[in-house]
This record gives sequence, C-alpha cells and structure tokens, in this order.
Amino acid sequence: MSSLTHKQEIPEGGYRTPDGRIIGGVLMDLKHITLRFGGVVAIKDISFDIREGEIRAIIGPNGAGKSSMLNVISGFYVPQEGEIWFRGQKRPPLKPYQVARQGVARTFQNIALFKGMTTLDNIMTGRVTKMKSNMLEQAIWWGKAEREESEHREKVEEIIDFLEIQAIRKTPVGRLPYGLQKRVELGRALAAEPDLLLLDEPMAGMNVEEKEDMSRFILDVNDEYGTTIALIEHDMGVVMDLSDRVVVMDYGKKIGDGTPDEVRNNQAVIDAYLGVVHE
Amino acid sequence: MADSSVQSEALNSIPALLARNAEKFGARTAYREKEYGIWQSWTWAEAAKEIEALALGLLELGIREGDYVAIIGRNRPYFYWAMVAAQSVGAVPVPMYQDANAQELAYVLGHCCARFAIVDDQEQVDKILEEKDNLPDLEHIIYVDPRGLRKYDHTHLHQYSHIQEIGRAAYDEFNPELERRLAKLGYDDTCVMLYTSGTTGKPKGVVLSNRNVIESSKNSAAFDNLTEEEEILAYLPMAWVGDFIFSVGQAYWCGFCVNCPENAETMPTDLREIGPTYYFAPPRFFETQLTSVMIRMEDAGRIKKWLFDHYMKVAREVGPSILDGRPVPFGKRLSYALGNIFIYGPLKNVLGLSRIRVGYTAGEAIGPEIFEFYRSLGINLKQLYGQTEATVFITQQPDGEVRADTVGVPSPGVEVEIRDNGEVYYRSPGVFVEYYKNPESTADTKDAEGWVATGDAGFFEESTGHLRIIDRAKDVGKMADGRLFAPKYVENKLKFYPNILEAVVFGAGRDFCTAFINIDLNAVGNWAERNNIAYASYQELAAHPQVYAMIQDHVEEVNRSVAEDEMLSGCQIHRFLILHKELDADDGELTRTRKVRRRIIEEKYADLIRALYDGSEKIYTETEVTYEDGRKGRISATLEIRDASVVPTKAKVAAQ
Repeated sequence: MSSLTHKQEIPEGGYRTPDGRIIGGVLMDLKHITLRFGGVVAIKDISFDIREGEIRAIIGPNGAGKSSMLNVISGFYVPQEGEIWFRGQKRPPLKPYQVARQGVARTFQNIALFKGMTTLDNIMTGRVTKMKSNMLEQAIWWGKAEREESEHREKVEEIIDFLEIQAIRKTPVGRLPYGLQKRVELGRALAAEPDLLLLDEPMAGMNVEEKEDMSRFILDVNDEYGTTIALIEHDMGVVMDLSDRVVVMDYGKKIGDGTPDEVRNNQAVIDAYLGVVHE
Repeated sequence: MADSSVQSEALNSIPALLARNAEKFGARTAYREKEYGIWQSWTWAEAAKEIEALALGLLELGIREGDYVAIIGRNRPYFYWAMVAAQSVGAVPVPMYQDANAQELAYVLGHCCARFAIVDDQEQVDKILEEKDNLPDLEHIIYVDPRGLRKYDHTHLHQYSHIQEIGRAAYDEFNPELERRLAKLGYDDTCVMLYTSGTTGKPKGVVLSNRNVIESSKNSAAFDNLTEEEEILAYLPMAWVGDFIFSVGQAYWCGFCVNCPENAETMPTDLREIGPTYYFAPPRFFETQLTSVMIRMEDAGRIKKWLFDHYMKVAREVGPSILDGRPVPFGKRLSYALGNIFIYGPLKNVLGLSRIRVGYTAGEAIGPEIFEFYRSLGINLKQLYGQTEATVFITQQPDGEVRADTVGVPSPGVEVEIRDNGEVYYRSPGVFVEYYKNPESTADTKDAEGWVATGDAGFFEESTGHLRIIDRAKDVGKMADGRLFAPKYVENKLKFYPNILEAVVFGAGRDFCTAFINIDLNAVGNWAERNNIAYASYQELAAHPQVYAMIQDHVEEVNRSVAEDEMLSGCQIHRFLILHKELDADDGELTRTRKVRRRIIEEKYADLIRALYDGSEKIYTETEVTYEDGRKGRISATLEIRDASVVPTKAKVAAQ
C-alpha cells in the first residue's frame, strides 16, 4: 500500500482539494471510449481521467452506462473504440484477473461474496493475486504455503480491524445483515491492496446509519491507505459529500465533469435528472 | 518474618506493587488483549517496562507532581499502563467514560484542570478539540490509535507509542527523576480520582488515596481467597470504581491477569475464550445473557428443549443446595451430575462461565429468578453492596450465605450502622478522602468521625445479620395518605420481567402510584416475531395493544406481590403507560451507569405524568431526542394509558 507522504508542492497535473488534501497526477486516463453491444451503444465517446488519491464519482440516471463504464475500467468489457492509459502506459485488452494484478480491485452492486464462507475466508480470497505458492503446496499446506498464509492472515486481520468487523470474523457471511455484507465486500477488495478501488453502488439499499458508516470507511480508506477510489452511487447527498470530482453520464454520453459544485449547477445535469419537456 | 514486614511497609502505592510483581511474578502474564484476532500478552516484567517508558516520556513532556491526567478509552492495557505511569510520576489519573459527549468530557477535564489527556482514538480527540477553547489548562493529548489522525496538527498531539519511544531514548536523562518521584509516593497520597456519574447534578470527583485502594483490595482479596492464579475480563467502564478495584487494585495486590476484549461486540466470544475465574457484572448483563439463552431455547428442537427444561428443573431444585454444601439426597445428586454433563456444563461453557470461582453482581438489585438460574448451574454468583466513596466494598455475601434479597454482611474492616431515619452509614479504611474542590459536599457526606452516608435506606435482618436495601433514602417518601412510597422496590420487581427493560414509578405525595414502562426490544421483538406481530419501529411495537396487554399482566402480577408486603402495599400501580422511546443516557434520562435520573424524567415528561393522574385515556406528546453524534431531533406519539387492577389493602380499607 502506498504510504502517505506530506508533499507540500502540488505534483504535475494534480490539485489541492477544498479540505486541503493534495491530489496527484493522472492515474488512469480514459480516452474516447465507445462500447457497443450489437446495435446498442452503451458508452459513446467518453473521456475522463482519474487522478492519484482522489475520490471520483460516476453518476447518472438508470441506464446511463455507469456500470458498463466501471466494467470497462475493470477489464470485464473491452471497448470497441478508445484507449485506456494506466499509470502512464497504454493498457492492451486484458482479462479482468490481469487488470486485478495491476492493482485494480472492485466491489459489486449485487453482493458477490461466498455466502457459506466466513468473513475471514472471504477477505482472504482477496489476497489471491498476492499468493505465490502453487496449488499442490497449498493443498498439503507445507513450507511456503504455510508461511504465506500467516503473512496473508496478518494483512487480513489488519483489514478486519480497520473495518471494525472483529465480532463477525468467524461468521458465515450469508447470515450477516446486508450492510455488513457490503462492508465485508469492501474488505475483500481492500485485501488486494489496490491502487485503484472501484465501488459499484456501495450504499445501495442501506439505511441512513449504514450509509454514514460506509461513507466514513470510504473516506478512511482514501485517507489511511491513499487509495484512489472510483465509485458509482445514486445517493446524491453521499456523492456530493464524498467525492472530489464527478463525471455525469446520460444515455451513454458524458454530460458533465467537475467538482460537486460545478456539477450541481450544470444545466445539462439538472435536465438529465429532473427531466425536460421534449417538444 | 522481618522480610515480609519490610516489604508490606514499602507496598504503599500501585507503582510499588508493580515493582514487586515484576520481581515476584516477572514471568507470569499480567495483561492480555485480543488484537488482530490473537491474544497478545505481556508479563508483569514487560508491563513494568512499558509503564516505565511511558512515565519517562511523560516526564519529557514536562509532567509535574500533582498534575491530573485524564484517561479516556475502552479497556485496553495501554490505559491501565497510563494510569500507573501517571502515578509513577506523582500525577493523578482520572479515568473517564469514553461514551460521554464533548460537553460532559469538557466539564470533567475543566473541573480537574487536567494538563494531559491520554485517549483511545480520533473520536475522543475530536471531542476534546471541539471543546479546547474552554480548556485552557489542557496541554497535551496522547492517543493510542493513529487512524485518521495523521493530518491533525501535532503540536500538542502525540502518539502513545512515540511518547514511549521518547521515554526509552531519554532513560538516562529522566530515570533519576522518575526514581526520586517513585520514592516519594506515600500511603496517603492520592491514588486515583473517579467522577461519580451522579443521579443528580454535576459529577463529583471522588479522591481515593493509596491507603483506600490498597487496604480495600487487600481485605476483599482475602475475603474471597483471590490469588495470582485468577483471570479476569476487564470490560466495564474504566471510569467506574469497580473496574479500578478489580483490574488495578486487586490485580496488582494479588498479581493476577487482566484480559481485555477486542472490542465491545466481541466481548461474549472473548469471555468464552478466556474463561475467567473471578468475574464481575452488573445485573443487566446477567439479565441480557439469560434472555438470549431463553430466546434461543425457544427455537431449539423438541428433544433439546425437553432436556433443557427437565434438567433446569432439577437444577433449580437442588443446584443452590449443592453449591452451598447442604445435604442433598443421593438420587437428586446423581440427576444433577447427569444434568451437568448434558446441559449445565455445555451451557456454562457457551456463556464463558465454566471456570468461575467467584462471581459478583452489584449496582442494582438482581431478579431472584435470574440470580437463582446462575446459582443453580453451579456458578458461585454473589452480591455485594458498595459505592465509589467506599472504594467499592460495604457489604458482601460470604460463600454459603448467598440470597437474592440481601446484600450480605459488612466486608472485612467495614463498620455499618443504620441511623434513625433508616439510612445506612458506614466507616472503613476505604472511605474516600474528599470530593475534589467541593468541601461542602464532602462535609455533607462524611462526618468528622469518618462515617459516610450511603443515601440508601435499609435494615439488618435480625435472624441472619444480612443487610437489606430498600431504596435510595431520598426517593423513599410518603404518599398523600401517609403510606410508605419506595419506587425502586416496585421498579425492580417490574424489571425482573425480561419484557420490561426499565420502569419509573411515581407516587410521592399522590393518592396512588403510576408507572412509565420501557419495553425490552430484544425480548418483546422476539416475542412479536414468534406471534406473527408485524411492527416497523420501536414506537409501533411499544404501542401495540397485545404488548400493552402483556405488560398489563406483568404490572398486575407485581401488584399482587407488592400487596403481600404490608409496609409497601400502597405502592401498587394503578395506572401505567409504555414509553414511545427508550430512556437513554444521551438524553440525560439515565446516568452513564444506566441508573434512572428521576428528577430529569419528571421534568421532561411532566405532560405524561399529568395525564397519568388526570384520568385521561390517551395523551399526545412530543419529545426531544439526542442522537449519538450530538444532533437533536423530535419524536411525537399518542400514548395509551391503562388502568391496572390492584389488590385492596388494609390501609385502603381503613381509609374508606
């Protein structure tokens, strides 16, 4: 995990947030992305960048193409047109697991945990990209595999402590309430020690208290580990409070991009959300 | 032996006991804390090193003798060390409730002019910083958990481990000063200052000397034969005198091990893993635990349920007798032994109470059924009666003389007398020095000869010599027709029902008694689920007619039982209502130790009380509530008021 340094000068391409955090240069640059499913154009010529250390939100009405965008970033979809630049290099079409190895982790809109496994084991699966021992070694749990497991367990325990889920460490996740399952999923993504963390509607279906908890954890992750975060969210209050910059999509097109204040006052955004009368 | 007398003479402070333990029990475990899923442990020798490093670091920060050091956090070894480190440099530790809000903390910090605060995490730091303009004396804040605090201004903010590092590095420079200060600690110097939660008014700082703490620990350890082999779980608020005596006083006197849970939620699991031998819990804890056992048994299969019911019946019959060593027929004994294999053993194991040698409950009256349940399982649960001003112990129940309705005989070294007005007074080596900066209150409470008023009304049972407490002396009053009014007595009877979390009874100076009831969401919620009663909120459940009917049954049952006691038969409840919100310490309705604050409730719910007495059947009310983050909101409800049937009593008949 990248440690946080107190660099006072703002790096190339970076900026200073109103609350005094320093945002670094471009981590990921998406250029003219177009994604089609047959005749349906899900994403139409969208460009934006994600900078190091920022919380970047992608918002838009239902069907705007937000989740598709996230799937493009995570490598699940390969866009027909456009380029993805990650850490200054053009990314060739990759499988999702290869993207994960590059340091991109995600959570899912519909929780995708292993219901029968404990919280601990679920988070441990997030370490898989970091494991070096082969299947045979792991099966007989000998030598390197044994050593490795205790190292990974240590990391996992750190995350459990961070997310304050000690009490459910050994509980099968299927038995947990929804809000906690979401938190375990965040834990699994964190276990991969990502540079870029993708959150697909982290607050969906939560009550106010759970949303507050989750917001605090997202800010803490960003603050403590310096992780760059890209998130999709419907709750406007949450988005405006959390994020440094917001991309607004509608019908696969980008209609706005900027700080929460800029986006809030953008007429195209207001129209997209409130609807306009089509003559 | 000359050696031992010299030694006991020198053992006149907690740091002196630490030095002895580090030498005598050096390799024994002194502290354990579950962290990252593993029990981390420190021996007495290691703990002594940690404390020394912190003490040296505090010297580097310029701590003076007589400074007050606030300690705010959940039970963790770091805070116990902080207390002893403060004592080592001649300062006075002041542990505080970590769930107190910023204003409450600021009051205490300001009252004792604390120069240092040693706190847990960002939450506590934020609370203090919020009030820092009102705290001119506060110079340094030291935190344990750095999370979220990296970007704070660190001019007056320090990380605990850094202070220890600084201390270690400055060993040569400051050790002579540390040794000089350690050598100066005397038996009558202040050991700790504890703020009482106070059911009325502002909290008062109770000053306890080393003599108070060490004598009380010594006597009580001898009473229950505590040794260095004990294991305890420290989970009660550190600001509370009980935790200080159990986890510091007795632990240092005996040299036993203090275990700290991972966090509040994991406490039941941690309890099971540790299996303490000596244990203290307020009645509420035992109630909650019993309720959850009963709820789970309701869901158990038929065979298991039958086994449980059958053997619990056996246990209730003979368990307490076996525990007290009274004769029991062989057949019953055999049956109990079988029950132990099938039910009691596994149950105690699940509850984490397998190894309990001595368990105490205090602070409130415990329900007889609850008390008997634990005793019948073979757990030596006893009651004690005490208060902060007495350094806990006033009376305790000796082994073999345990009953639910008494609080035992005077503890060793304690004299107890009942004055004419029925109030209990005591005198002991544990009697506090004074209330800090409050000579009037000190004089009101403690007389020149060292007798202290408890504020409780009680009497000694002639046959056994055991003390029985009726109620707070100031709450015991007279009703309009002169009959005795003891609200707590009735409230306790109500609270013994798992469905009732809290009750407040009114009636002083009135014609009849009435009550507010708080339902227990766990118990009633579970009952609702089993009976297919749908509800969306606490408020809705509380107002449900079937819930009202159930509570009415409980109230009427209590009335029948109250009527049996001639002296208190006037306290039967004629009318009651179920409150639409839980009484809460954040709203000032309860103290942080969850005792009812009568005056505040009477003021706040004056409209409801009026309705209880004016015969109305419904009342609309709006109440202000405080959320955990300090924001305020309002809730409104229309509450139903019900009449409960009462047993006609002699006094009433005579009056008619």
